[in-house]
Amino acid sequence: MTRFARAIVFWMTLLIPCMGTQGEIRFPPPEFESGYQLPGTTTPAAQPVWREYVDAAVLVAALLLASYLIHTRRSRRAVFVLMIAALIYFGFVRDGCICPIGAIQNVTLTLFDSGYAIPIAAAIFFVVPLVFTLFCGRVFCGAVCPLGAIQDAVLIHPVAVPRWLESGLRLLAYAYLGAGVLFAATGSAFLICRYDPFVGFFRLGANWNILAVGACLLLIGLFVGRPYCRFLCPYGVILRNLSRLAKRRVTITPTECIQCRLCENVCPFGAIREPTGDWPEGEYRIAKRRLALFLVLFPILVAGGAWGGYSLRNQFARMHPKVRTAERVYLEETAQVEGTTDVSDAFRATGQTTDALYADATQIRSRFAIGGTLFGGFIGLVAGGKLIVLSVRRRRTVYEADPASCFACGRCYKACPKEHERLAKGAKAEARRA
Amino acid sequence: MADKQENMTRRSFLREGLWGGCLVGTGAAAGLSVARNNRDNYVWQIDPYKCIACGNCMTHCVLEDSAVKCVQAYAMCGYCDLCTGYLVPEPKALDTAAENALCPTGAIKRTYVEDPYYEYTIDESLCNACGKCVKGCTVFGNGSLFLQVRHDRCKNCNECAIAAACPSQAFKRVPADQPYLLKGADRKE
Repeated sequence: MTRFARAIVFWMTLLIPCMGTQGEIRFPPPEFESGYQLPGTTTPAAQPVWREYVDAAVLVAALLLASYLIHTRRSRRAVFVLMIAALIYFGFVRDGCICPIGAIQNVTLTLFDSGYAIPIAAAIFFVVPLVFTLFCGRVFCGAVCPLGAIQDAVLIHPVAVPRWLESGLRLLAYAYLGAGVLFAATGSAFLICRYDPFVGFFRLGANWNILAVGACLLLIGLFVGRPYCRFLCPYGVILRNLSRLAKRRVTITPTECIQCRLCENVCPFGAIREPTGDWPEGEYRIAKRRLALFLVLFPILVAGGAWGGYSLRNQFARMHPKVRTAERVYLEETAQVEGTTDVSDAFRATGQTTDALYADATQIRSRFAIGGTLFGGFIGLVAGGKLIVLSVRRRRTVYEADPASCFACGRCYKACPKEHERLAKGAKAEARRA
Repeated sequence: MADKQENMTRRSFLREGLWGGCLVGTGAAAGLSVARNNRDNYVWQIDPYKCIACGNCMTHCVLEDSAVKCVQAYAMCGYCDLCTGYLVPEPKALDTAAENALCPTGAIKRTYVEDPYYEYTIDESLCNACGKCVKGCTVFGNGSLFLQVRHDRCKNCNECAIAAACPSQAFKRVPADQPYLLKGADRKE
């Protein structure tokens, strides 16, 4: 072939987009005379499934051990050792994937997409920490979760976060949970995995933006205890609410509280609540009026949230690749933009009609209209509920760990003088026995 | 005092009820997922008939050295002397010299079989999944070179970072016991 002819063939074929056409053999495979044997395409096997079952077994064992260490041994040092071991195994050895936080989305996708079924190991990872939380509080957060552990390990100088700021920032976690569920249910994206800030450290490599976010969170984590767990973690939202009902709670003092306030100072997560009586006489009237206002505001917030979510439906829908494709193709077809992108080229290569694409996109958008409304309503519900709960006063006679905010790390045990008394007694009894 | 205790019982009754409800709820979630499940696991794979060889596989994998590599379906290959997956569009000569090679990392080995046929093999340790050869082979040739997720490398992320960036939605979850989507006669589906 002359160079000229080759060039013509080259340009002709460039003009005819023929990528993706199936089964076209332009040059028939030769029949060899030299006895040449066709090699096969190699297909290295996927990771064996039993590894995931081993992970699930390790998870159960670690949770059992964590419950024992927190509630029976009451030893911060032992919990810390377990936490570091879990960080090494689930984080650095197993690369931070599979994790219960991301499993929220697998469960959601299973419920909404009949073509997907959650792997059993992922289901175990989702359910087991929930069950343990119902019995023993957030022992998963305190000693087993690698994301919690990496933040807990860098905490050197805890600074108290004001209660109002903490409650406000926690809304982010609820919104993140809602968004994670919304985008998983519509089959658009696994948001929680995409923006996992620490998995890059576990794998020692990731997208620079995510690594930067993770590094920032760790920097903040030097002074603010576990910022991701408290203000962002979507699984933490589920765990904190289940933990309110937990059968066994972290009881700071083994006997009676002497109100020395030492535990309050040592908790880096602001989880310890001081004793309170009734409202002071003057404040009671204001508080009652405030509560009434919030009760009236509650349905307005829910309705407003739902309306906001509904009006953002098209922005949300853009997370779905098919909707993005449809929008790009529409812009090109109506000559609002010049040129094509990889996305529109790939669509045209499939040979589908634009009408079919637009119909798909419309259907996805209508799903987002419902999902967006529910998502917005959920945020309004949480915000309104939080306002109401914050304006109700609970009576407490001793210093208590708020079961929702307590990560069961065991730091407060060490601070309690009564605990030291108990340990001394135990040591004496031990010595007598010996 | 008696009044207070009655209050507490009502509260604890509600608590117990809610607790039981939550336990049943998690149990139901677990039961439902196990009942729906019929496979051990899913892995990510590229459908080669959807792939447009855009090059995102090279840049978007969470691994420094992408888990995606180019593979050769030998049964489809034409064993051409003028291989459009191996040589740049206007090569100075039809040989293995670097200035003629399309592959930026020299991962394709060209070996003489018999006149006029040459075998093209991928050295996976050198391949960086840029897709240049795939594009050349698919547009001008038989399309025997294509990209596949290699499961000895893949971390099987819950959401594949390349899948999220794929313009042609060629990535999909496939059952782990059939983890490859090959081309031609090798394709099982």
